[in-house]
Amino acid sequence: MNTQAWIQLVSYVGVLLVLSWPLGKWLVAVADGRFPPWMAPFQSLERGLYRLAGVTPEAGMGWRQYAIALVVFNFLGVLAVYALQRLQGVLPLNPQGMAAVTADSSFNTAVSFVTNTNWQGYGGEGTMSYLTQMLALAVQNFFSAATGIVVVIALVRGFVARSSASIGNFWVDVSRVTAYVLLPLSLVFAVFLVSQGVIQNFSPYKDVTTLEVNAYRQPRNGADGQPQKDANGNPVMEIRQTDKQTLAMGPVASQEAIKMLGTNGGGFFNANSAHPYENPTPLTNFVQMLSIFLIPAALVFMFGRMVGDPRQGWAVLAAMTAIFVVAVVVVTTQEQQGNPVLSALGADQAVSATQPGGNMEGKEARFGVAATSLFAAITTSASCGAVDGMHDSFTPLGGAVPLVLMQLGEVVFGGVGTGLYGMLIFAILAVFIAGLMIGRTPEYLGKKIETYEMKMTSIAILVTPILVLAGAAIAVLADAGKTGIANPGAHGFSEILYAFTSAGNNNGSAFAGLSANSPFYNTMLAIAMWFGRFGVIVPVLAMAGSLAAKKRMAVTSGTLPTHGPLFVSLLIGTVLLVGLLNYVPALALGPVVEHLMLWHPK
Amino acid sequence: MTTAKTFSLFDPVLVKPAIASAFGKLDPRVQWRNPVMFVVYIGSLLTTIVWVQALGAQGEAPPGFILAIALSLWFTVLFANFAEALAEGRSKAQASSLRSMKRKVIAKQLEKPLHGSSWHPQEADELRKGAVVLVEAGDVIPLDGEVIEGVASVDESAITGESAPVIRESGGDFASVTGGTRVLSDWLVVRVGVNPGESFLDRMIAMVEGAKRQKTPNEIALTILLVALTIVFLVVTVTLLPYSIFSVEANKAGTPVSVTALIALLVCLIPTTIGALLSAIGVAGMSRMMGANVIATSGRAVEAAGDVDVLLLDKTGTITLGNRQASAFVPARGVSERTLADAAQFASMADETPEGRSIAVLAKQTFDLRERDLSSHKTTFVAFTAQTRMSGVDIEGDDGTVRALRKGAGDAIRKHVEALGGSFPVDVQNSTDDIARKGSTPLVVCDGSWVLGVVELKDIVKGGLKERFPELRRMGIKTVMITGDNRLTAAAIAAEAGVDDFLAEATPEAKLQMIRDYQADGRLVAMTGDGTNDAPALAQADVAVAMNTGTQAAKEAGNMVDLDSNPTKLLEIVETGKQLLMTRGSLTTFSIANDVSKYFAIIPAMFVTTYPELGALNVMRLATPSSAILSAVIFNAIVIVFLIPLALTGVRYRAIGAAALLRRNVLIYGVGGLIVPFIGIKVLDLLLVALHIV
Repeated sequence: MNTQAWIQLVSYVGVLLVLSWPLGKWLVAVADGRFPPWMAPFQSLERGLYRLAGVTPEAGMGWRQYAIALVVFNFLGVLAVYALQRLQGVLPLNPQGMAAVTADSSFNTAVSFVTNTNWQGYGGEGTMSYLTQMLALAVQNFFSAATGIVVVIALVRGFVARSSASIGNFWVDVSRVTAYVLLPLSLVFAVFLVSQGVIQNFSPYKDVTTLEVNAYRQPRNGADGQPQKDANGNPVMEIRQTDKQTLAMGPVASQEAIKMLGTNGGGFFNANSAHPYENPTPLTNFVQMLSIFLIPAALVFMFGRMVGDPRQGWAVLAAMTAIFVVAVVVVTTQEQQGNPVLSALGADQAVSATQPGGNMEGKEARFGVAATSLFAAITTSASCGAVDGMHDSFTPLGGAVPLVLMQLGEVVFGGVGTGLYGMLIFAILAVFIAGLMIGRTPEYLGKKIETYEMKMTSIAILVTPILVLAGAAIAVLADAGKTGIANPGAHGFSEILYAFTSAGNNNGSAFAGLSANSPFYNTMLAIAMWFGRFGVIVPVLAMAGSLAAKKRMAVTSGTLPTHGPLFVSLLIGTVLLVGLLNYVPALALGPVVEHLMLWHPK
Repeated sequence: MTTAKTFSLFDPVLVKPAIASAFGKLDPRVQWRNPVMFVVYIGSLLTTIVWVQALGAQGEAPPGFILAIALSLWFTVLFANFAEALAEGRSKAQASSLRSMKRKVIAKQLEKPLHGSSWHPQEADELRKGAVVLVEAGDVIPLDGEVIEGVASVDESAITGESAPVIRESGGDFASVTGGTRVLSDWLVVRVGVNPGESFLDRMIAMVEGAKRQKTPNEIALTILLVALTIVFLVVTVTLLPYSIFSVEANKAGTPVSVTALIALLVCLIPTTIGALLSAIGVAGMSRMMGANVIATSGRAVEAAGDVDVLLLDKTGTITLGNRQASAFVPARGVSERTLADAAQFASMADETPEGRSIAVLAKQTFDLRERDLSSHKTTFVAFTAQTRMSGVDIEGDDGTVRALRKGAGDAIRKHVEALGGSFPVDVQNSTDDIARKGSTPLVVCDGSWVLGVVELKDIVKGGLKERFPELRRMGIKTVMITGDNRLTAAAIAAEAGVDDFLAEATPEAKLQMIRDYQADGRLVAMTGDGTNDAPALAQADVAVAMNTGTQAAKEAGNMVDLDSNPTKLLEIVETGKQLLMTRGSLTTFSIANDVSKYFAIIPAMFVTTYPELGALNVMRLATPSSAILSAVIFNAIVIVFLIPLALTGVRYRAIGAAALLRRNVLIYGVGGLIVPFIGIKVLDLLLVALHIV
């Protein structure tokens, strides 16, 4: 890593901490429902809405009631997003006259946006009407983010409560988080984006004539819409020429803001944050990266304050930051090293005074290697999935880092809410083993970790690896799975593994080489996304309920301290061992062997 | 235990039956109870079948290799069985000494519940709760019960290991008798308190043998985690076959992985080390409690002992020696200390109580006053009565005058001298108050109506105890002294002993309330007790140790019984509980950390035919793919044997604070668990090659 990359990393982490600290305080107020006096008019509006909806805001819910409300709310979201896509052809705000999206793609997209994954089997500007983008996708960007946040709030309440039957009221939580956290932040951020050149309009797409005629190569698709392959399994390329370019338009800024803040990641355009209308300047690039981690980091501060011991929050944050920094260093180093195959072709990848050097394949010239590497680590640490470069074109180990960050369970900052509750699951696991090692039955934050908690923890850590590994296994066996592969060999395996990892962990980024818009992948990945999301949320809520019902044990000098450097390293160790051991064989057959074949061919 | 024979770890007496039992436990119904080992068991069966197939020349790998893997897997299962059998064997040996006491006893069942009524012989097994039996000198008490008439000395050495006989009598705290003990003198009429098979002895045997051993809550929670890891690794290995087939197709080289290699990988990855030793650790924990002469009535109690954060300790007998001792003479104005000592010694001459003896001893030590030969004087001893609350001696001098020496509590002596027309000096009253304030007991001595001064009787804190309280504090355990004394006295002794807190003027209700308050505060409370009035508090406490000398009610209420009736034992009990949990945690960490090296051994070996580049991951430079896989599997099996001693003796507890202890154990078992298998697998690989096995 060169100096510029280091400066970028350090200033990123610094600014992040400065911004997320006050937001953490505000999140405590929202979670506890204790607002400053100037909020009174909003609150009376809020109460009016509850009266209309027939919600009693004071009534606490047990975990089952909370979980049912949450799953039903999200299931209705799937129906709404599905219906809007299928009906978009006859609905307004469709200047390009986009036809109804296919059934399997609509289903996949509906599940994808509701689960905060934002895996996109489609290309935004070629598929979705403005209405669908705004009313279906952007709305779910808000609600799925709010869902993640309320789950972690419920879990933290479980730690704080003493012998309580309630973990809060889902309707109240989801309303407050959306209205008092996500909406105002998005509004401010969207205005900033517009000021930098992100578009916000309802105009039809604009055709422009380019200054010169462009020739480009693209894979030829067969009649089935899948890429055709030659005898060696390589895609058949065709050369095209054009002097016309269509500029896609739309209400981008409003959707871009929540896409980052809610760690959703679903781009308005197919190119996502590599598109100049989504991410026009290095400044927007930096602020977009900040906005991905803003709420996840603030939630950690909220956690520390709510449990009455800010050091607990700092410990979790330290573990996250340590893993994150290492990931950034690895990915940046790998990308700056360049690619020996490109060197063989005569490309100059050396670092010099005039150029940063490294593997520029698949990267935006506006951002370069260092910023793209940082963006890649951030977007996969958090379950965002927005990209400003193509992960598929990274070096093998550079691409393995995003893969691994997702496989750890999206706990390094992670998605809004999901990252913290995932990390707390690992913390529970760490104290369970560490607590035994000091001769006490384990407890975390004063709550005994017993059989029921271990059951729920086990389910939560089992669900995703099973979905990812089994999904990838089915895909490599099925012909329908293998046809989507653009690159033969180990990289093809990496692409499939990446797709299921991204879906199962609700990230949504892709090794774009895989053509995943087929009924097979749309269905398989939708299943992985749904269960990867709610298969974890439900046990976490169950644990919140059982923790809330427990007494809070007194802290003595015999209690395992969960705030020092020792615990931080234990937590990191647990995340790496338990999170990663499952994936070692798969990684060996994908990126690891790719790396060895690239650098040490036999 | 009288016969608490200490066995060396691998005593042949225990090892032989354990080996036999290891094979006996191959029954699938037994294996099913341990999910992790059950997977290994299935794996062993599968590889054996694959081997038989390979013999028919249909094999996926050379039959020799498959056989070697299959055998290693079978040994993994056998080693786990052996560990469990060995732990159970040790317990059984302890139990059999108990059982030997359970020989057939013919009881003398009384027709009516009083001494002298006619009796008929009845087998102890036929007796029911409520029956009344007569036990005479030389008879064995048939079942647990309560003495309703009579006094007798009883030999309880079989249960307690204490050879001195104890007195059992009707009424009060010494009315409970235990079946299997023997009356040495006199007789007792006993009402049987339990049905046959439910007696204390029966429960002890059942607990110790592990027949009734149920998994404890923490053991269940850990098992769930181990099962979860097993499931995940099962998915990892099962999906590896399609991945491998795909890779072979994609790279057009090599062959897909063999089922044998996949099973080998699975067994290496799942937490077999802790899975194999988990139940042995539990049995050994109970057995260690036995070794300390403590019988836990549930494994849950042993586990809870590790969590205790408040210890309630009775002052008398636990913190202080049972009796107060004279520590100073404080004379009245105008009286020499020697005169006071002389008079006090005289007054205590006939006082055989430990307090009285200690006065005589102190006088002798400080002024070399020897005990007088009293036969030369005409003396009359005045015994202590509840009315006078004084004791002493009347000495008739040669001239016929009578010296009336008395000692007693301040107010009793005041009444006495004022009745004789004397007065109670102010300075003596002051010294009395001072001594009381220090927590000691003042005894005033007078000669007729002349008050000579005060003897200070002091509570003596037990030797070695003061050092243990800071140790407990470092363990995060708060100590609370319970005493019937007033606050002043209690505070002084608490300060001297160094306990954290005290409860003065303790009534059973106050004790119970205190335990509830601590529990409401989120703390786990341990206490010891012996009297019937302790029973409610014992029942409320999380860890309740009843003294074996205590009443039946106390024993029923507690969840442990200390056969030595030594209240200080609580400290050992806590340590044993911690040891049990630490052993589980450390071996779990070790087991999971081991996986890293096994990946490095097996992954390159599995895929090297498809991707020769993966040979770069063979950091141990293992000779061949077969030797790599075999070494990993063999290491996985023999590490169980190497860890049996640790599982049985437990990881040692050190009172160095939670953080330091954790750092230490993480370094040893976590980091050690990462490194050790690299070395072990390499060594095994070298051996296999040297022996031309692969």
